[in-house]
Amino acid sequence: MSAPGTAAVEVRDLVKAYGSRRAVDGLSLTVERGAVLALLGPNGAGKTTTIEVCEGFRRADSGSVRVLGLDPITDAAALRPAVGVMLQDGVGGYTGARAIELLRLFASYAAHPHDPETLLASVGLADVAATPVKRLSGGQQQRLSLALALVARPELVFLDEPTAGMDPQARRATWDFIRKLRADGVSVVLTTHFLDEAEQLADTVVVIDAGRVVAAGSPAELTRAGAEGQIRFRATPGLRLVSLIAAMPDGTTALEEESGRYLVSGDVTPQLLATLTAWCAGQGVLAENLAVERRTLEDVFLELTGRDLRT
Amino acid sequence: MTDVSYVPAPGAAPRTRMLAAQTGMELRLLLRNGEQVGLTLVIPLLLLFFFNLPLLYSLDGSRIAFVAPSIIALAVMSAAFTGLAIGTGFERKYAVLKRLGATALPRSVLLGGKTLAVLLLEIVQVALITVFALALGWRPHGDPLLVFVLVALGTAAFVGLGLLVAGTLRAEVTLAAANLAWLILLFAGGIAIPLSKYPHAATEVLQYLPSAALSDGLHQVLQHGHGIPLHDLLALIGWAGAALPAAARWFRWE
Repeated sequence: MSAPGTAAVEVRDLVKAYGSRRAVDGLSLTVERGAVLALLGPNGAGKTTTIEVCEGFRRADSGSVRVLGLDPITDAAALRPAVGVMLQDGVGGYTGARAIELLRLFASYAAHPHDPETLLASVGLADVAATPVKRLSGGQQQRLSLALALVARPELVFLDEPTAGMDPQARRATWDFIRKLRADGVSVVLTTHFLDEAEQLADTVVVIDAGRVVAAGSPAELTRAGAEGQIRFRATPGLRLVSLIAAMPDGTTALEEESGRYLVSGDVTPQLLATLTAWCAGQGVLAENLAVERRTLEDVFLELTGRDLRT
Repeated sequence: MTDVSYVPAPGAAPRTRMLAAQTGMELRLLLRNGEQVGLTLVIPLLLLFFFNLPLLYSLDGSRIAFVAPSIIALAVMSAAFTGLAIGTGFERKYAVLKRLGATALPRSVLLGGKTLAVLLLEIVQVALITVFALALGWRPHGDPLLVFVLVALGTAAFVGLGLLVAGTLRAEVTLAAANLAWLILLFAGGIAIPLSKYPHAATEVLQYLPSAALSDGLHQVLQHGHGIPLHDLLALIGWAGAALPAAARWFRWE
């Protein structure tokens, strides 16, 4: 089926244009086996195009794409049974069918499918099994779509905005689901608008904008890289900061922004915080409103793309 | 919701299992869709009664002997061409086919399932039409096997044409084109009005329409008790032989 020892997905220098507009412009990424990769970017960044090339729906203009070691278009027949797909915008099946009928139909395509009733219950749709797909709410359709992607016990799943249209509880439940997939050895590629989703779920986050990778790494690496953290606190005005700066690691600065308001900038670690509070204690000073500000993925994103995610 | 194991165990089911499931689903959806039932079951039965009334034109001999084979041809055309084209066109529009394309289901099994569902629907149609026509005094002649061959070839030709239209035009255009073609074939294609009522020059051309070939073949066998209607069979084989490969060649899934 799939060539062993290869990455789950390997994209090199992918280019895909619609007319004169390059939706994907020299993009590369690797999804290791059993890992979760999040493609993060604003609308129109090229997330869906990238994923649809990997799914075999679209043909790359140039560059190479290997999925489970195979070509998504020429090896489609071998690949499709091993890959689960959740499309953006709705279920994309027979909308006149009942939820359980559609899941049973998809199960009939697979050699070792999940029991449809059990799987439907595990995505929380047992109560609406007999409801026609078109009568399900948006969030319910998303969960059915997830079940359809999983019923054939795939090795790899592509989830295009899996939590779009879900209420907060359903989102959390879907996150648990994706963590379980990872724990059971399924490779996952997901696209998302939501920074917290990428931060919570992904081993690797690939930030893309205008069809190019602008940053890639683990959530911790991305938020750390070049990231100066900050600590703010209030105390009596006019503290002698020279001794504080001497006590802290090199590269850390401290200043009194305005009377009684202090700002410490540097690599914010637990040790730095301990040093700061010990110094305050040594001065007989009570630090109030002490706030640690580390970079979030959102800060990284705004720096890299210069725009809001949902524009 | 996480008590199930998702350890991968991929693989495709045997094609026969997929085909059986696909055919069952397609047939249930056809019978559940009010417009499809109207088009393929109710309208042919209404027209059976309507055309059996001496309103539009007079006929020699038994009127029902002409009308019943016509309505069978109409039912086949409605199911295999108009109904299939409109249904498939909107499935394309609403990404049903795109989603199915991302599963282990091969295109050939999808099209096979659609064709088998149409054939099963036609069995229901022909059974209903036969019962009502017999009640109206129909006394059919001929070899049932020839009727089956004609219906199967007519289905192949119309399925090919229906999928060609649905797979190349937008869903709204397909809807209009399929309905228009249905009307044209009904009146100018030898179903509602015998081709002998048209000028000779027109008949020379119209007799090669798939509806005319199917309708004429069914009349040859069921009305006149003739043997193999070779001319009509060849015309249907020609249509099927052109339309099916063309549909396979030009059908776009999205």
